[in-house]
Amino acid sequence: MESLNVYASRLVTKREHFAPGHRACQGCAEALAVRLVAKALGQNVVVASATGCMEIISTPFPFTNWRVPWIHVAFENAAAVATGAEGAYRALVRKGALPEKGTVFLGMGGDGGTSDIGLQALSGAFERGHRFIYVCYDNEAYMNTGVQRSSGTPFGASTTTSPAGKLKAGQVTWKKNMPEIAAAHGIPYVATACSSYPFDLMKKVEKAAKAGGPAYIHILSVCPTGWGLPSEKAIWIGRLAVETGVFPLYEVEQGRYRITVDVPAQRPVGDYLKPQGRFRHLTPEIVEQIQTRVTAEWEKLRAKTAL
Amino acid sequence: MPKRIGIENSIAAADAVAMANVDVVAAYPITPQTHIVEHLAELVADGELDAEFIPVESEHSAMSVCCGSSAMGARTFTCTSAQGLALMNEIVFIAASLRLPIVMILANRSLSGPLSIWNDHTDVMSVRDCGWIQVFADNGQELFDHVLYAFRVAEDPTVSIPVMINIDGFIVTHVIEAIEYWDKEQVARYLPAFKPVNVLNPDAPVTFGAFGIPNIFSETKKAQDAALLASKPVIMKAWDELAKVTGRSYKPVETYKLDGAETAILTMGSFGETASIAVDRLRAQGKAVGQIRLRLWRPFPFDEIREAVKGVKKLIVIDRAISYGGPGGPVASEIRAALYHEQQRPAVVNFLAGFAGRDVTPEDFIAMYGTTETLAAGGAPIRQEDYLFYGVRE
Repeated sequence: MESLNVYASRLVTKREHFAPGHRACQGCAEALAVRLVAKALGQNVVVASATGCMEIISTPFPFTNWRVPWIHVAFENAAAVATGAEGAYRALVRKGALPEKGTVFLGMGGDGGTSDIGLQALSGAFERGHRFIYVCYDNEAYMNTGVQRSSGTPFGASTTTSPAGKLKAGQVTWKKNMPEIAAAHGIPYVATACSSYPFDLMKKVEKAAKAGGPAYIHILSVCPTGWGLPSEKAIWIGRLAVETGVFPLYEVEQGRYRITVDVPAQRPVGDYLKPQGRFRHLTPEIVEQIQTRVTAEWEKLRAKTAL
Repeated sequence: MPKRIGIENSIAAADAVAMANVDVVAAYPITPQTHIVEHLAELVADGELDAEFIPVESEHSAMSVCCGSSAMGARTFTCTSAQGLALMNEIVFIAASLRLPIVMILANRSLSGPLSIWNDHTDVMSVRDCGWIQVFADNGQELFDHVLYAFRVAEDPTVSIPVMINIDGFIVTHVIEAIEYWDKEQVARYLPAFKPVNVLNPDAPVTFGAFGIPNIFSETKKAQDAALLASKPVIMKAWDELAKVTGRSYKPVETYKLDGAETAILTMGSFGETASIAVDRLRAQGKAVGQIRLRLWRPFPFDEIREAVKGVKKLIVIDRAISYGGPGGPVASEIRAALYHEQQRPAVVNFLAGFAGRDVTPEDFIAMYGTTETLAAGGAPIRQEDYLFYGVRE
């Protein structure tokens, strides 16, 4: 579909399964990503959501934005809940209590709910081989509680628990490479995506649904509120994350790596860092340090695609 | 025809779960729960039970998987002990709030620390207020019966609340007893198919677990409390029906030789069997002693307790958990609260005994009776907050 960009939007259903009227901040690219994932999966899905922004903005009782069956139990267990539902479905179909309809099971959480507190449950679910998709909506901090750092927060970013101060330049650790951790489980499908590239994202979700086993999609979800950006810049900054190589878009299908949105001439990382309030304290030396890292990571990824 | 066989209680309990035709079992190994889930895994591996056995990576995920499964409309079982219960604590509360009729056997074991694998009731008391229906089984037969009972009660569409069956770890789980297995006809008569009230279904989508804004939160809590209280008639009817099907009768509060008793010994769990022997011996000596077994822990059987202690002057309550710096053991606290408004109420003497597998023999119960009589004869008032550690070396 990416080769048919001009027509791509006409090929997408107008039907929304994540209804409008949610309570996310203006310009929330995470809610956009949720909407795109829901669109790609259609009606025949069961969603298990972690506690977090997307849960809070979509289901203040008695309201819901979900036009598909949806369950929220707690913060760190979306993968376990999703796989419990999937296991139940398998048993009920086998025993003749439910018809086999090819229902898709989706677990979803933020970067904290996935790469920090939910990592154990997610790893267990991958290892057990359930037929489910897990989507991490990565906005690079605990935004729901007020922009605290997570293991998904990038190096140098100022958050409320990794503040830029006289001694420290924000987050002092490098972002945990969650897609690689997922891929290390040997699951059939892993991909990165960004709501600034909607067709690439939706295609990956469709592939994940057909993976026949655990699938993981890590979606960079721009958060204007937490990142210190005007709300109308969310899509633009997501594109810059990809164009600078900070967040490469790729997939790992049965162990084979492929870059899905190639960036032959990468822009300097400063183009991505500069517009964001969370990076405004960075010195040229730190920006250079980040550039070195981004280039090295990109080369590592490139090398994997050549295998 | 039902058959009576000698078998380890854990194996029998697992067989009862299989006879309930469970759809999903999710569990993580912890002593002394292990034999129950091991046997379920065997039954699935041998094709004798058609269910998904999901060997999760933690108890937190065990209860989470159960939530997802139960919300899909599958009959769902798990089993744990002590630290496992502590780790899944968060989800235990949520399962009740989501009204998911999961059945769990809690093989009671002491909560760490210090680390101990042996039996007491400190684990279950940590989830006293979790909103589950909580019953105690005293022996293997009661455990077997209550597995089928628990599914019937939990899944009743007017209840839809998870049920926890407490059974003393090792003391009951690991011993061999003569157990009367139900036959298929009895199970079919007693346990209907699970028809969930709400279910995750793409053709009729619902949202489970929306968050409660302050404007609605108190109402949801009141509704949950009302639902647990309203489960009582179903709880009672399920015991009545069980008696019709098996001939064994159970009650929220069961009594033994209580007629004319001035002193009564109240226990929960397997201690009841040992206490009965003590009561027999004391009665043989002409002492006016009787016994009360508390089977239903939640919803708490206030009326039945008040009725049972009528005429009793001294009530010995054995607690197998401690409320540090509090008003005594949790069972005694509840009993005292239940009797507070009664005009005629017994003095409650609270013994903390049998922690982490420490044996409590008939002689020990007789000694506790002796201490109680001595206290009463001394005329010193027995205060509400008093509790006595029994058999602890100074």
